Amino acid sequence: MQSLPFSILLVFLPLSLVTIGGGQSAIADMHRQIVEAHHWMSAAQFVDAFAIARLAPGPGSLLATLIGWQIAGFWGAVAATAGIFGPTAFLIYGVAHIWSRYEGARLLRALEKGLRPVAAGMILAASYVLIQSLDSGWLGRGTALVSTALLLLTPINPLLLIAGGAGCFVGLHFLALI
Amino acid sequence: MPDALAERPSALQLFLIFARIGLTSFGGGLSGWMLREFVQRRRLMSEEDFLNGLSVAQALPGVNVTNMAIWIGYRLGGRNGAIASWLGIVVPAAFVIVLIGSVFASLAGYELSHVALSGAASAAIGLSLAMGLTAARRVPRRLFPLAIMAATFVAVAILKWPLLWTVLGFGSLSVAVTYRHG
Repeated sequence: MQSLPFSILLVFLPLSLVTIGGGQSAIADMHRQIVEAHHWMSAAQFVDAFAIARLAPGPGSLLATLIGWQIAGFWGAVAATAGIFGPTAFLIYGVAHIWSRYEGARLLRALEKGLRPVAAGMILAASYVLIQSLDSGWLGRGTALVSTALLLLTPINPLLLIAGGAGCFVGLHFLALI
Repeated sequence: MPDALAERPSALQLFLIFARIGLTSFGGGLSGWMLREFVQRRRLMSEEDFLNGLSVAQALPGVNVTNMAIWIGYRLGGRNGAIASWLGIVVPAAFVIVLIGSVFASLAGYELSHVALSGAASAAIGLSLAMGLTAARRVPRRLFPLAIMAATFVAVAILKWPLLWTVLGFGSLSVAVTYRHG
């Protein structure tokens, strides 16, 4: 029987290497493992953690830190952080190290262009999984779509948008509509 | 002005610069911020060096911001610079997110905080979806890349395949085809 922080580390280590195009892309798989496979959190707790991670400053992958902390306290947070950031940190360190000697421009371009559709598919999948986990029904889904449209069409500050979403729901709650 | 670069910063300075960037960065747009800080304002590295790093940071897996921190840290301060920069961007922000998380957890008993958080989550999903749509817009309008994108979506969202194998499979196929076509 391995300790909980160690199990958390084992979940996040491989996820680190598939965070192409930013941490967003790994969220669908985090959800699958944390909620569906290990039952460490409920779907609602996961979405709450996601919202908090978007409210907080810093790299978006700190969602892993928060999840680790909520599951297993301090060492859970350390394990999740080391897992999600560790492998890629060594990878880019290695590339920075050999960059001056090795001109990998064409391969890098192919990597970036070739991974683009995969990253797009993964981020869309993450959004899909998150929308499925919303427990606020059509109101939540509608809010998500309105928020998407605002972000795509206006230069709105994302933080303001998230606060606005919270404010909207609280307002509706006071009007006894939800 | 690549030939008029300023003196190299110490590891502690790198830590502090990245800690500030990490703690004040909300909702993305960070590479522009770093460009201003390191290239334009402090003149610590040339624009070309920075942009090389940015394309490497985007091509490799990992969060672009933390990749960029390691790249810049390594170029400016070797191994210690890279470690200090990474710690700077991750650790202070990690403490803040745990702090915010525990504040919300202590309010979890109140129904109102759950309502507020579920509103925040709904709006925050918009960030994810908008980013996904922006990424999808950058995919070339050709059959192969579009098919790869659709297959990845179905594999991850509907079939719930493990991400690692999905990315290794579709990713290497896509990269190989892109590489062959130059």
